[in-house]
Amino acid sequence: MVASRAIGSLRRFTASRALRCSGYICRSFTRSSVLLTRTHINYGVKGDVAVIRINSPNSKVNTLSQELHSEFMEVMNEVWSSSQIRSAVLISTKPGCFIAGADLNMLNACTTSQEVTQISQEAQKMFEKLEKSTKPVVAAINGSCLGGGLELAISCQYRIATKDKKTVLGSPEVLLGILPGAGATQRLPKMVGIPAAFDMMLTGRGIRADRAKKMGLVDQLVEPLGPGVKPPEERTIDYLEEVAITFAKGLADKKITPKRDKGLVEKLTSYALSIPFVRQQIYKKVEEKVRKQTKGLYPAPLKIIDVVKTGIEQGSNAGYLSESQRFGELAMTKESKALMGLYRGQTQCKKNKFGAPQKEVKQLAVLGAGLMGAGIAQVSVDKGLQTILKDTTLPALGRGQQQVFKGLNDKVKKKTLTSFERDTMFSNLIGQLDYRGFEKADMVIEAVFEDLNLKHRVLKEVEAVIPDHCVFASNTSALPISEIATVSKRPEKVIGMHYFSPVDKMQLLEIITTEKTSKDTTASAVDVGLRQGKVIIVVKDGPGFYTTRCLAPMMSEVIRILQEGVGPKKLDSLTTSFGFPVGAATLVDEVGVDVAKHVAENLSKDFGERFAGGSLEMLRQMISKGFLGRKSGKGFYIYQEGVKNKNLNSDMDSILASLKMPSQPDVSSDEDIQYRLVTRFVNEAVLCLQEGVLATPTEGDIGAVFGLGFPPCLGGPFHFVDLYGAQKIVDRLRKYEAAYGKQFTPCQLLVDHANNPNKKFYQ
Amino acid sequence: MNQNFKMTSLLTYTFKNLPSTSKWALRFCVRPLSSSSQLQAAADSQTKSKKTLAKPNIRNIVVVDGVRIPFLLSGTSYKDLMPHDLARAALLGLLHRTIVPKDVVDYIVFGTVIQEVKTSNVAREAALGAGFSDKTPAHTVTMACISSNQAMTTAVGLIASGQCDVVVAGGVELMSDVPIRHSRKMRKMMLDLNKAKTLAQRLSVISKFRLNFLSPELPAVSEFSTSETMGHSADRLAAAFAISREEQDEYALRSHSLAKRAQDEGLLSDIVPFKVPGRDTVTQDNGIRPSSLDQMAKLKPAFIKPYGTVTAANSSFLTDGASAVLIMAEEKALAMGYKPKAYLRDFMYVSQDPKDQLLLGPTYATPKVLEKAGLTMNDIDAFEFHEAFSGQILANLKAMDSDWFAQNYMGRKAKVGSPPLEKFNNWGGSLSLGHPFGATGCRLVMAAANRLRKEGGQYGLVAACAAGGQGHAMIVEAYPK
Repeated sequence: MVASRAIGSLRRFTASRALRCSGYICRSFTRSSVLLTRTHINYGVKGDVAVIRINSPNSKVNTLSQELHSEFMEVMNEVWSSSQIRSAVLISTKPGCFIAGADLNMLNACTTSQEVTQISQEAQKMFEKLEKSTKPVVAAINGSCLGGGLELAISCQYRIATKDKKTVLGSPEVLLGILPGAGATQRLPKMVGIPAAFDMMLTGRGIRADRAKKMGLVDQLVEPLGPGVKPPEERTIDYLEEVAITFAKGLADKKITPKRDKGLVEKLTSYALSIPFVRQQIYKKVEEKVRKQTKGLYPAPLKIIDVVKTGIEQGSNAGYLSESQRFGELAMTKESKALMGLYRGQTQCKKNKFGAPQKEVKQLAVLGAGLMGAGIAQVSVDKGLQTILKDTTLPALGRGQQQVFKGLNDKVKKKTLTSFERDTMFSNLIGQLDYRGFEKADMVIEAVFEDLNLKHRVLKEVEAVIPDHCVFASNTSALPISEIATVSKRPEKVIGMHYFSPVDKMQLLEIITTEKTSKDTTASAVDVGLRQGKVIIVVKDGPGFYTTRCLAPMMSEVIRILQEGVGPKKLDSLTTSFGFPVGAATLVDEVGVDVAKHVAENLSKDFGERFAGGSLEMLRQMISKGFLGRKSGKGFYIYQEGVKNKNLNSDMDSILASLKMPSQPDVSSDEDIQYRLVTRFVNEAVLCLQEGVLATPTEGDIGAVFGLGFPPCLGGPFHFVDLYGAQKIVDRLRKYEAAYGKQFTPCQLLVDHANNPNKKFYQ
Repeated sequence: MNQNFKMTSLLTYTFKNLPSTSKWALRFCVRPLSSSSQLQAAADSQTKSKKTLAKPNIRNIVVVDGVRIPFLLSGTSYKDLMPHDLARAALLGLLHRTIVPKDVVDYIVFGTVIQEVKTSNVAREAALGAGFSDKTPAHTVTMACISSNQAMTTAVGLIASGQCDVVVAGGVELMSDVPIRHSRKMRKMMLDLNKAKTLAQRLSVISKFRLNFLSPELPAVSEFSTSETMGHSADRLAAAFAISREEQDEYALRSHSLAKRAQDEGLLSDIVPFKVPGRDTVTQDNGIRPSSLDQMAKLKPAFIKPYGTVTAANSSFLTDGASAVLIMAEEKALAMGYKPKAYLRDFMYVSQDPKDQLLLGPTYATPKVLEKAGLTMNDIDAFEFHEAFSGQILANLKAMDSDWFAQNYMGRKAKVGSPPLEKFNNWGGSLSLGHPFGATGCRLVMAAANRLRKEGGQYGLVAACAAGGQGHAMIVEAYPK
């Protein structure tokens, strides 16, 4: 629940990236003609139409790199100077990808904002030349057309896109903390209108082809083809090219005009936007909204608004200049570096570094049809995985099945699925009360109640019916997997798969391996997780694994802060303004007070004073009064169906009063409170790396951001240490240590980094 | 006219039926022997004798004859009728043509696609109306454009298994009228209103009424599973096989020209005239309109706009029509003194991806049925393929001629080869003659049988595609003259 809201936009971005490409790299050169000397582009002439085909070698995607840029310029100059050519088609022969964006390495290699600004200006110039081309250029778009790819496409005179799920257009730069630096801030508002342009650039959302057509972002759609004279993907690209050529000819012959008929609403809107006052109001509204949502933590959205405004109000020369300058500035910000780091980390955590499992899981079984179990089933069946959902009672099972159905049906309502697709997906789910069919299961994921005895019983029951190769995965947030595995006959097949709630929204999957877990078992679990669309971190077993372990000390501090008299509302606003998507007190309510207590008790047994701070008595008293958080309707807040603004639970006052502790003024400023929470989190994360629970800092950052809602603008605990400075963090910890004790003692690895400023988690 | 039919059928009943209605069980036992010897003789007498397709221990099944009422563009002369009226006309035509006694008919099966809700078992309503015995059961099958093929093969199954000796199979479609319904919300309200007892309850039901309840619900024109219309899929299919607009127009023109010639030369002998109540007697198909390529080139694409290739001119049109065939066990037909037109031999149903291969049924079914019958493309003398769209036919021809497609999508070692055009739909096809969904299958079989008789030749191959990504093929063997 926690992180899903804030990172929602990030997720959307990656979803579109994930859709990209399935690897048909070898095919593309069969149709090349004229010039084979270029590596990224080849072009041929059909009649009087130049067909420019992009396909970067050795990569799943095309990116706008320096070389591609210069080859494209070369080719365009030939096109413009040739008397034989009257129009051009620009197409990618890479399946599932037009151009996925600018080459991030090119930006990362820059050390000053001036360098970045220069890159932007070169691209601006090229695209301006393209826009002013007297020979019409048609962009034929199949697959992702993002960032710089979209900027290139909208500089062309005409756009034709395949109506394929893989074809997504968007400006996701904002998600990387930058802005579209090659003219999109100037062209998009003119093309799709100011509101839609803001929406695209500020959310970074990917737009499917049919929607893009309605918005006026593309001019024609081409239906993807099935098998015919060639494999579908290949033939679709050929067909797209053929159609694009006819339109290129039509444009050159002036039989087709690139102008599009606008609807009445559109005409009215564009009329309204021609009034300066209306525009000012829009800028103001959008800015307000952005400030509210980003809490001033993300500079990119505000700069985007500013650049768009400059272009519209002061002319495009000023706009382009502002775009390139702001682009340069943004690329140098900590936020941008943090977000780009996250993006890279996310890409890494979408790969199976354990290789392909010996036996692919075809039949999955999930035990327990509760919130988690049903969620796991849902993300499995919608990817075509046959899944048995088993519970012990019919009502419990029915509730779980309904949850899966509702999850799928909501997608039908949003029109991302058809009712028919929903039905076939739902048919992959078999609900049952017994162990029938488990003899064919390749993996069993148990999501029963968090109780070691129960888990032991279930494991024994399951092992009696499953085949030898079947993996037993436990979905638990805190019970050590090795303890669960003690009763197993085959501990090498036992693994932890820690999903986050709600499973269909949260991207993270934490996989926990014990010393006995075999590599193939891990490979199998990662494979299933990837098929379920998860971003995966693999950690070593231990109390709380990685995610729960990092969260626990922070939660302990939350209780301490509440005991010191900071109200839940104030605490929430302090944490959200630091960049957490959900306030700390709300988080306790969401997680469930009983769960929090359960975890805290277990972990404080294992970790002792490092997890000290707040008194668990508060949680115990809350439980005794039935304040379990959202699920019981009361926690720190009161939750009512249909009531949007939640109110404080006034019955908490007496509990808070009875446990009140004096605050220490020198460590209780707003900033101190924020840092007390964050430094404990970070310290524990670094300790996990030090102890080998985490294999890489990347996984630590991904786990913290995607599983726990660590502020994305900080890039995760390890990026935070790198960017903020280990020394500063150690200084803070020392200060709090002096006030509170050992729970704030910085771990050795953190101290090492503080002592040696050259030491970075990310080189 | 009706009176006449009754008279003749009564006469023939007494005349033909007496010896054969009894002793059914006995005949069943001796049949294999007798029929195979007959067949042997038949095969010997054939001039262009290839091998026989008779199978040991399975009855030979023959088409005695078949008819259809003229296929008309929907919205023309049949527009005020109901589907069972057309089906009845076809049945009466069949009775008249074959003079089969009504009581001999053991069973009646009809195919239809868009069901008139009042006559959901249209076979039964038509049979009763045509004066068949009320003791003759009838059922209706539906399998999209191969519904009447399904009706015929159902008949084959009934006869082969010994359940029946004489079955009438047919098909009907009336596209001039389709069941347009109230919206689900409106229906629900009306049903609730029915249940409401008191005035207060009724008022409370009525109070839920909203204006949008009145928007009607049309029968689906698109594939349910994919929400894609067939024309749209055909256009994509044509593109997938790189078939140009010109090729499609040329093929459509060929179909219309051949149909026109067949009509002019009186080859479409399966047509029976139909006196439409209140209108003139309809004697011929009215959708045959040979045009010129220039004229056809002017049309705009009908589905994928503005650059698609499927147009009104190269697609089959909405058609009203009905057809019926009389199918018998061979020995029964001979015993009744009939000279059958053809054997119905091996048949095959296939199905594949309803999205991208919606209309490729013939490609899949053809090699399979040939293999099953032990024949090759060269053995076939008459091809009768259902023409849904020019693009669909040309795509199927190309697919059948592609080793790559056979290997990658059909799991075959090599292509089956495409049928030679000189043997292909020589008397026109669905593009020109029309395509009443439920009735086309019987037309294909009769066209194959009649062509084999007229042109000489032993084997005909009938194939068709159908919505849902299904397909059918059947071998029709000429009955020895």
